[in-house]
Amino acid sequence: MRYFVRKIGFFVLTLWAVVTLNFLIPRLQPGDPAELMVQNLAGKNAQLNRAQVEAMRDLLGAPSGSLLSQYWNYLVQLIHGNLGVSYTYFPYTVAEVIGKAFWWTVILVGTVQVLSFAIGILLGAFAAWRRNSRFDTSVTVISTFVGTLQPFWIALLLIYGLGYGLGWFPTAGGYQASTPGFNGAFVYDAMSHAFLPALTLMIVTPIGWILGMRNTMIMNLGEDYIRLARAKGLPDRMIALRYAARNALLPSVAGFALALGGILGGTILVETVFDYPGLGRLMGEAVGIKDYPLLQGLMLLTAVATLLANLIADLLYGILDPRARRAAA
Amino acid sequence: MSSTQNAVLPEEQVAAAGTDPVDRWYRVVWSSKKARVGVVVVAIYVLVALLAPVIAPYGPTDGSFTPLTGPSAQHLLGTNVAGVDVFSQVIYGSRVSLLVGLLGGLLATAIALLIGMVSGYAEGTVVDDVLTFLTNTALVIPVLPLIITLVAYSDTRGIPLIVGVIAFTSWAGAARSKRAQIITLRNRDFVTAAKFSGDGTFRIIFSEILPNMTSLVAAAFVGAATGAIGAEAGLAVLGLGSSDSVSWGTILYQADAAGAISQGLFVWVFVPGLVLAILITSMAFINFGIDLLSNPHLRED
Repeated sequence: MRYFVRKIGFFVLTLWAVVTLNFLIPRLQPGDPAELMVQNLAGKNAQLNRAQVEAMRDLLGAPSGSLLSQYWNYLVQLIHGNLGVSYTYFPYTVAEVIGKAFWWTVILVGTVQVLSFAIGILLGAFAAWRRNSRFDTSVTVISTFVGTLQPFWIALLLIYGLGYGLGWFPTAGGYQASTPGFNGAFVYDAMSHAFLPALTLMIVTPIGWILGMRNTMIMNLGEDYIRLARAKGLPDRMIALRYAARNALLPSVAGFALALGGILGGTILVETVFDYPGLGRLMGEAVGIKDYPLLQGLMLLTAVATLLANLIADLLYGILDPRARRAAA
Repeated sequence: MSSTQNAVLPEEQVAAAGTDPVDRWYRVVWSSKKARVGVVVVAIYVLVALLAPVIAPYGPTDGSFTPLTGPSAQHLLGTNVAGVDVFSQVIYGSRVSLLVGLLGGLLATAIALLIGMVSGYAEGTVVDDVLTFLTNTALVIPVLPLIITLVAYSDTRGIPLIVGVIAFTSWAGAARSKRAQIITLRNRDFVTAAKFSGDGTFRIIFSEILPNMTSLVAAAFVGAATGAIGAEAGLAVLGLGSSDSVSWGTILYQADAAGAISQGLFVWVFVPGLVLAILITSMAFINFGIDLLSNPHLRED
């Protein structure tokens, strides 16, 4: 029980740290955000108009009062799900803008994460079982090399090859002809648009699982309980899957959440390159047009999602591995 | 990197061998074919960066050519929207990547060492709890979104800002492994001896224990430098690169914005990404060699 309490406690503390960081980042910047906004709109050397600055301050719901009361207001707003108003999509709120992009990314990243995990685990386990075979060598060498490639570059190459060169897949956007809704035409349309972004991520993300799984599995294969299983004359398949792979899986479960953070980072660039209407492109867009409330909202959402995934992985780990529970008690 | 966990006092073997440590480092790292390739390639990159004005046919900002031309004898990789020779940009771009890698790697490693070593040495105390919490928090917050948010607020982005933000957000993994490594060392006799002779905590950590894990620190540095180079490229691809110099990421950003691919200007996209990938691969190869120092079991002979 103590293990679970500790993990939930860590989650609450990190959540508080992230929320506070999100509050502090804009306030650590030199200058008045409203003034900066007006200056940006008017051009670098233009004379600032006081009335404009005041109007902008009202528009932004600019903070007033002491830092502490601002902090309190911020927390209250946050609990009500209010992330402020987007500069660019005014009068839409940040929450509404994010809401529209949310499912595009969740479906893309969710599919990629689950598939990568499955593929990575299988390849890694098999490579470890056939250690030093030709299969093992090619898997490790290819993974090591591909792991050094930048996702956005792979994205550009795929657009060139499979998009423009062969014309197999659309290269930009999330859907084209069909109207959004749950019907066959739209689902097909959306899937063909999501294919290249997904493929890009699928090339990179399994690598961590492959190499990690291979390493832990090789370590497990040297353990005494494997020797015992062999001595008992158990079939190879059973030793590989039920004994070694099953135990080697544990660290991968713990890494699931950390990998999610990495994928979410990768989607920013990949979605931007593909103009895919998800959270990542929204973030790239918010950067380009200095839509700070939107940017902060997205940062917060990404961080909270990763923290939550981390909590779930930790709890799962505690259920799967009694040693983890005992170590904490 | 995976091997560094169970490494204990790699430098003990250095002493046992009775040879000059520098000589031994050189021999062990050089014995790995991968590391050899890595060292040579990185050395070439460094040369190119240093000799950029000699190698590049034109200046990196010289926009006096016909814009958006394909590859030709005058412009090996064509020209961009502003009429700048892309090949020259790629040559000068190596300076940004190497500089960010070097400084970002050093700073991130320094932060990781300070936090990881103090935390591990003070294992079980409040200091350790606080630092471990800090490390774990920094570890779970997704790095790229945070870097992007921090950098996006600045209009003038110099290399120092980019290096600082990258280092500030990416030290956590290394700090965690340094903590684990120092825990295996801190109960050794030589530490106890230092304690009894009245050395201060910082002196024990940084001048008694640290020299015993130099190869682990070197591996952490190469890893951090690799990460910093990748992060800079990612920032620049989003248009958040340094405002006063062109990096490979910036070239990709410009190429993407100009629709290079739909115009068939393939090399403009292909080459900057390729040189980046080769650099990162070479650095990973160097780390294979350094891992051999920390973990003799990995040695091929």
